[in-house]
Order: sequence, then C-alpha cells, then structure tokens
Amino acid sequence: MTKNLRVKTSEYVDETNRISFKFNGKIYHGFKGDTLASALLANDVHLVGRSFKYHRPRGIMTSGSEEPNAIVQINSGTNRTEPNIRATEVEIYEGLEASSQNCWPSVEFDIGGLNNFLSPFLPAGFYYKTFMWPASFWEKYEFFIRHSAGLGKSPTSIDPDIYDHRNVHCDVLVVGAGISGILAAKNAAKNNFKTLLVDEKNELGGSTIYENNEFNKIDNKIPSEWLKKEIEELKSIKNLEIKTRTSVAAYHQYNYLLARENLTDHLEAKDKTNKIRQRLLKIRAKKVILATGALERPLIFNNNDRPGIMLSSAIKKYSEFYGVACGSKNVFFTNNDSAYESALSLYNKGINVEAIIDIREQSESKIVKKIKEAGIQIYWSHSIIDTTGYKRLNSVSIMKLSNDGASVTGSKISISCDCLGVAGGWTPAVHLYTQSGSKLKFDEEKKVFLPNKNTSEQISIGSCSGDFKIDEIIKNLNQKLKDTLNIKETDLDNIKVEIDQENSKRNIWLLPSDKPLGKTKPFVDYQNDATAKDIKLALREGFRSIEHVKRYTTTGMGTDQGKLGNMHALGIIADTAGVKMGELGTTTFRPPYTPLTFGTIVGRNVGKFFDIFRRTPINDWHVENKAEFENVGQWKRAWYYPINGETMHQAVQRESKAARESAGILDASTLGKIDIQGSDASEFLNRVYTNAWSKLAVGKCRYGLMLNEDGMVYDDGVTTRLGENHYIMTTTTGGAANVLGKLEDYLQTEWPELDVYLTSVTDHYATASLCGPNSKKILKKLIPDLDLSDENFPHMSFKEANIGSIQCRIMRISFTGEHSYEINVQASYGKDLWKKCMEAGQEFNITPYGTETMHLLRAEKGFIIVGQDTDGTMTPIDLQMDWIVSKKKYDFIGKRSLYRSDTMREDRKQLVGLLTDDPNIVLEEGAQIVSELNKSPIEMLGHVTSSYFSPNLNKSIALAVVRGGKDMMGKKLFVPMENKNINVTVANPVFYDEKNKRLNA
Amino acid sequence: MFLINCPYCGERDQQEFKAGGEAHIERPKQPTELSDDEWAEYLFIRKNIKGVQFERWNHAHGCRKWFNMVRDTSNDEIREIYKMGEKPPSQ
Repeated sequence: MTKNLRVKTSEYVDETNRISFKFNGKIYHGFKGDTLASALLANDVHLVGRSFKYHRPRGIMTSGSEEPNAIVQINSGTNRTEPNIRATEVEIYEGLEASSQNCWPSVEFDIGGLNNFLSPFLPAGFYYKTFMWPASFWEKYEFFIRHSAGLGKSPTSIDPDIYDHRNVHCDVLVVGAGISGILAAKNAAKNNFKTLLVDEKNELGGSTIYENNEFNKIDNKIPSEWLKKEIEELKSIKNLEIKTRTSVAAYHQYNYLLARENLTDHLEAKDKTNKIRQRLLKIRAKKVILATGALERPLIFNNNDRPGIMLSSAIKKYSEFYGVACGSKNVFFTNNDSAYESALSLYNKGINVEAIIDIREQSESKIVKKIKEAGIQIYWSHSIIDTTGYKRLNSVSIMKLSNDGASVTGSKISISCDCLGVAGGWTPAVHLYTQSGSKLKFDEEKKVFLPNKNTSEQISIGSCSGDFKIDEIIKNLNQKLKDTLNIKETDLDNIKVEIDQENSKRNIWLLPSDKPLGKTKPFVDYQNDATAKDIKLALREGFRSIEHVKRYTTTGMGTDQGKLGNMHALGIIADTAGVKMGELGTTTFRPPYTPLTFGTIVGRNVGKFFDIFRRTPINDWHVENKAEFENVGQWKRAWYYPINGETMHQAVQRESKAARESAGILDASTLGKIDIQGSDASEFLNRVYTNAWSKLAVGKCRYGLMLNEDGMVYDDGVTTRLGENHYIMTTTTGGAANVLGKLEDYLQTEWPELDVYLTSVTDHYATASLCGPNSKKILKKLIPDLDLSDENFPHMSFKEANIGSIQCRIMRISFTGEHSYEINVQASYGKDLWKKCMEAGQEFNITPYGTETMHLLRAEKGFIIVGQDTDGTMTPIDLQMDWIVSKKKYDFIGKRSLYRSDTMREDRKQLVGLLTDDPNIVLEEGAQIVSELNKSPIEMLGHVTSSYFSPNLNKSIALAVVRGGKDMMGKKLFVPMENKNINVTVANPVFYDEKNKRLNA
Repeated sequence: MFLINCPYCGERDQQEFKAGGEAHIERPKQPTELSDDEWAEYLFIRKNIKGVQFERWNHAHGCRKWFNMVRDTSNDEIREIYKMGEKPPSQ
C-alpha cells in the first residue's frame, strides 16, 4: 500500500541523498533533511502509536516538539535506545530504527485496544476509585497495573555517549529563530551586544521560512524569500553566535537558562563515536528575548484523534518544507483563516482538497476568495460531529451549527477523506516565560494568555507575545527592541509590510455533536486519553482548581505536558463552571519544556567522576598491600588488609590483636585539621569546646567535645597547643568542613572582636598513627636522639622532631588505649614516613590496620565515634561524659541548652555498654533493645550503636543508647531479632583496661 | 538559580553560597540569665515570611565570608546585600 506522497523537491530535503530506515521492522526510504514523521508521511504511514489508556490507534498530529501521539522508541535493543522520542523531531539517518510504543503485539493489532471498548467503564479517576479496597489487595493489583502502564522501555546497558556541560554568558539571549527572533538577534548584535540565538530546529526561520502565501509581502517579497536574505546577512555579523538543534529546557530566575544542544543525534552510528552527543548550556544572560512562537490548537470534537487528523499548520509545513502531502483527499476544519493557507499550499501543488469546514459564518480575506475561486467547497457555520476510520481516517460527518454554537441542526453530510487538518487558533508558547516567574494575563478578545509582568530583564516578542500578523510583529518588535536595548534606530524602521489575513475568529472550546456528550469521544489530551467528558466529570465530582482537575483527569500530564490541549481544558472548565478563563489561571508550567536525557543532566559526572573522592598521600601503599577500602565522607580509607584470603572478620581480629600485643599502624591522614592562630585563640577554644583551654601549656594536647547550640554533641577531637597563640585542632574525618564552617560563622558573626584566624590544613599533612606496647621502641629507632621517657614526652603532649630530614609533629595521643604516637609530616613525605615506620617496625611485626580495627579498638575502650554512637540527639551527659563539661566556664556553645528541662530529663537515651549473655553472639548495629518480651506493644528502649567481637577480650561487646541506661548497670535486657531473642546485660562502656594502664606501658 | 553579589567577590552563582537562615538574631550575651522559654526563643523560633526577609548567607565555596541579604521570598528578588555588622537598610 506504500505510495509516494512526495510532491516537490524542497530545498530543505536533499533528494539526492536517499536514506533507509526501519519503522516497526519494515524498511522505508526518506531523504536527508526529513524527520522520521515527514519520511513516514511520505510513505503514507500515519498510524504510529497507541494511546496510553484506551490503546486507540494514533497518528502523527504535528510537526514539532508539541507532538502528543507520535512518540516512538528508537534503536531498540541497542545501548543507544531511547523511549518517548517525538517522531516529529528525529532527523532520519541511515540505519535509524524506530518502533511504536504502548502496544502489544503490534501497533496494527494491539490487545490493549480492548480498553477502547471498555472505555465507558474507565472514566477519570477509575484507578483511584477502583483499586482502593480492600487496602491489603493493593499489592496484588499493583503488579498488573504497573505492567500495563508506562510508555517506552528505558535502556538497560551503559550509555556509550559523551555528554557535556558548558557555562555561557551573554548580553542578550534570543530564544527562537523565527522571523522575530532573527530580527531581534540581528539588531542586538549590530548594536554591540554579545548575542546568542538558539533554536530547537536544525534550520533557522521558524514558520516564516516556508511562508509562501502570495498575499503577504515584506519589502515586496514573499515572506520566505525576504527572510532567507535576512538569515544570509546574519552570517557576517560579529558578536552573534547561533546555535541550532538547541532547545531551551528551563528558564530560572535571574535570567539563568538551561538549554540542550543536540550535536550528534542526527548522525549515523559510525559518525557518533567519540563525539559529544548533547551539551547542556548553562546560560546566564543579561537580557533575554523570548521569541518562542505559538502553537496551533486543535479543535475538540467527537473522535478527533484518528490517524490522519492533524494540525492544519503541520500539513502546511509537511507540504512546503518537506515536500510531502499528508493525504490525497484532504479536508480542513477551522475557526480562522490559517487553514486556508494550508489548503492553498496543497492546491498550488496539485494536491486534492475536498472541502473546508469553517465554524465561522464568513470571512472576506483575499485568501478565502482565492480558495472559493479554486472551486474548493467551503461549509460555513458547520461543525464536524463525527469521524470514521479505525486505523486511518476515511470520512467526516458534518452538520450545521446553531447560532449559539451549542448544538447542531439540519441534516448530516458525510465527506470522504484520508486527511483532516484542524485549525483552532494559536496559543502563544509562554511556557518559558512563566517558568521565569513572570506572570500572565488572559486576553479575552484573543482568547489567549499573554505575558504581562516580567520578573527579570526580558521581553517576549512575536507570536509568543500575542502578535500573530507580520505587520503587528514588526511594528511591536521595533518598539520593544528600542526600549530594551536602549537604541534609537533599528533595521526595522523602514520595512514595508503588506498583509492580507482577516482576523475574524469564532471560538468554541468544545464543539457539539448530534449525540450527547456521554456517547462521544472528544479528546482534549491525546496522549493521556483525557476527554471533555472526563473534565466535566471532574467538575461534577467537585474539583474546582485547575491544578486538581489536571491531576484527577491527567490532562496535560503526558510527555508533551499538554502543549496542545491545556487551553481547551481551561476553556471547557470555564464554560461549564461559568467563570472567566482569566480567573481560572493556568496550571504551572514546569521545566523542562521538552524532556531532557539523564545523560545531558549529569554531563561528565559519570562513572568515577560521579562523585569526588579524596585519597591520602599514603594511598598507593594501601593499594599495593591489597587493602580493602571504605568510603568515609569523600575519603577512600583503608578498611582492612586481608592476607591469604582472610575474610574481613579474620583480618580485623588479627590486626586488633597485633595492635594490642606488639605494634599497629594506621593512616590517620583524613582527620580534619584546622590551624588556629591569634591572640584570642585560647579564649576562642574556651567558647567552642565544653572544657577549659586557658591553662593548657604549650606543647600539650587535650581532647575536646564540641556541641551545637542546642546542647547536642557535634564533633570531637584532640587539639594541641603549638605555641602561645597557635593551636592545631583535629576534627572527625567527615565533620572537618562543617566544623570549619561553624567556627567561621561564630568568629565572623557573633565574636568579630576576637583576634583569631582559622585555616584548613587537612590536606597539608599526612598522619601515621603508631600504636601498641612496642610503638615506643619503633619511634626510638626512627628518632634515636629524642627522649621518649614519660617525663620528657608524656601522654597528651607534643614534640617536634626530625626523622632523617623529614620534619615531624609528633603527638603522644591515643584512640586505642595503647601507648601511641601520631606522627604528622608534610603531605608529600607521607608515604616515605609510612615506609620508614614499617621498616623500623618489622622486627616487632608492625601490623597496618584499617578503619574497622580502629573502630573495634576504640569500642573496647568505650570511646565514642561522633555520628555512629551519637546522632544529633545526644548531649555529653547522655554519653556519660559529664567530666568533660566545665562547670566553671560562664559560657560555651551549647552550655545553656544542657540546662533545658528536656535535656535534663533522667529518662533520656544514654550511652551504655552491652554484653551478650552468650559471648559468641555479636549484636547487629541498629538492633532495637527492649526490657520485656511478653508485652504488646513492646516499648523500644534504645538501639545498638557499635558492636564487635573483641579478640582481646574473647567476647562480643557493644555500645548502645538506652532510655535511662545510666541507672541500669547490670540489668538484663533483650534484643529481639527476626528468629530469636538475644539476652543482654547492661555494662560499663569501657570494656578494656579501665584504669588506662596501657597508655604508659 | 540566584545571581548573588558577594560584597567581597562580586556576582557569583548561587551554587557557591549557603543560606544561613534569618539574620540579626544576636546570640544572647548572658545565656544563663535566660529562662527556658527565652532561650528556646533564641534557639528555635524563626520567622518564615512570605515577603521581605532578612537573611544570612555565606560564600561557602568562595571567600567563606558571611554577609546579609534582604530578599523577597515571594519572588526571590534580592533587594539588598550588606556586610556583617552593617546596619540593615530600613524597609
């Protein structure tokens, strides 16, 4: 049945470049320059998809990004497959494969089409109403509903393409390169504004570029010829950058816009390789000129959705731009003059136009006269009441409209046809305009929403601002350009325009039929199968807000976001509810204007660039020695070092024993380090830590706990006094940036009088923590001339010394309870230091240990980890760390909150130790703790925060927070798990070396 | 995405900044003198105005300086930006 509907050689379609492509498995041919839609239409293929709910056959409706029906899956089964692609936007290339969606087994025969016959039982809200009861059945319904829902299939393998982001700054951004966009960009650039002109299509010129209507003239030329000359001139203008295939997706405040530049989608697979597929332009423009044009509206009548029913403007574009006739027996249905232009275009190319059905009583324009002279039958004051043809339109039935337009009278006339162009007037594309936060106003005369109140430096020009006639466009554009660019003259001052169009229109949102509404299917949202009936039902059921009606009926919620039907939905609501459209307002237009790929959104941030990570200077050694790593914040930290196929448990048990029995070494470089200097440094520490700092001698270290102003523990770490006015603070690995931020906040805003300077030096130092009873001997080997006696270098003190020629800051501090040293060197010496330690420690079987062993060792000592044993609701009192809270200091951050009635409650959750009655059972971190098993509901007393098997104690140990736990020492509690209840006893959280004897061992 | 005129660095993209809540809430000089309710007022109670609001912002990924902003929360118009310690403009 394939016939060639190519009617002329178009300059935009290269007939010397024949391209083959597949649609639903069948090979077709088109030409370079065709879209998938124009190529299919040239092959007389209209049926391309099935609708979402009723699975009705649907055809190509439009010629642009507003397409609701012709959405296809492309390159199925490859890693470049993509769902929900508008056939009207895909430029064909050799090897393109496309297929219909939402149909099974095929678009020609679709089982889901049964829904069409069930449609009386599937009104708006059907799913909400039906699958509510009984509630427990939802799980059963869900599988089937989800299976039948959804349009395309997302790709399952990794995207092979490259995506990119670019920041763009310009003086003037012009969105849309139709006649007004081109003129605006030209004049802006000529007046020395750095200008960027973008358009979603591959060719400039919008609809004027194929405007060959002989009744309209610009400087005595037909519009298309005149505009071509203007476009030619653009090439020589400096300051002007033009980007085609670039669609603005979002217009945010402060003239920040996101646009997708499509670079390779129109190329064959072999030409896509190693090229950037799409680029997200992040545009910051001083002024924005919106020239986004207007979208033609369909008309809402019974069975207005059959394949072969298209927008009249689309028929004109296919004919003039692509040289394709959409049908061989064409009929138009209109409420304004624009359908006559489409009809004339077909007539001039020798394509048969059967009739024009016009709901107006008459029109006197030249073009209408010309159509009459051509002998084409015009039915004035008539409306289409029904159409026939399941997979392709084959006739329309018309009747005379009553004077009020609410009903039809007289006898029915049937007109045979295979293509129907509908023209319901034009809707300005104000989507981007409203996204920017600017406000619309309803124009009662034109029946459109128009830009009204701008929130940023922007103007709307051309048809998106409601100027539909070329003379109007040029006149208003000229004035707007002068105002916004602050210029005195423009190119437009001397343009002469002659136009024909008569502006008469008759607007009926929902056209009547001879049948009652309940028996008809007038579709408002084609993609989601929302009909006028559904909208009226929603109103009857009490929905009033347009936003609610939208969600209840799903009108405007498809991938096309209701670009065609939203105005009709509003109109029908206004008519039915008896309110003015301007009072109803519109639904919110949200970005993106057209869908974006995930690839474009993430750009280069994929794979290993998805998230930044940080490595310590010693990292290479860990990798060489087969460490497993864990993520701590952005850091990659050595987790444990398995030998000979050890499991994590085995490795950690070995490492922990070695650290206590001889010597262990940990890479502690990730700890946050803040250099604090200034004459008020001591006073500053007094205010930010809970304990007192003034009396800390130079060369000594002290552990500090930092609270939030609400009294909850925020961070902890050891701070060392390096000099009279110089400290170095360590913070938790994950908290470093936030602590610095918080300290800066207090310094800059609350205590600007303090002479204190903070510098983050986390990355400047590498730290090796040497621990265990032999650590002292190892350090002695490294620095023979340093006196390591407890008198000269006691616990919690600091020395500067050299290992060879490497300068070191050595703190004798311990997070394991063992005698230990933290050796800090300039980051670049980190690996060297580590190797020297390993070498010196070899005779003591020095064992590198990772974060897991560190956690275990500190848990044996009952040392907390902020963020693991605390969760932003624990005060130092809750942690049983009263000793660190100064009673003498008048104030510190969070002090007052420790005396709030809530923080002083006795039954708060408090940190305790837990021992399992069976020492071999290791509790799960996060497990719940209860005191009674036979009561229902069981009260949860708390949860396990840290839990390990201790090789040094040969039993399981855990830390937990338990309500009122402080007074529960020795009490038996339970940890109920899925299959068993574990008996536990509350214990002292310090499980090992309670008297701290090992620190000086 | 706002374009924020940092008083130290000039116009920068919003993603370089962190919002820091309501401005001009001074930390009490003598917290111990306050009742629980008074302390809670300082600690927890914030205005959430639809309209002109005084806010603190931090150029976190820039100069790290804090400053104040007068912003209309109904349309996100930034009315004024001034340094810490400077008097708020009368509105």
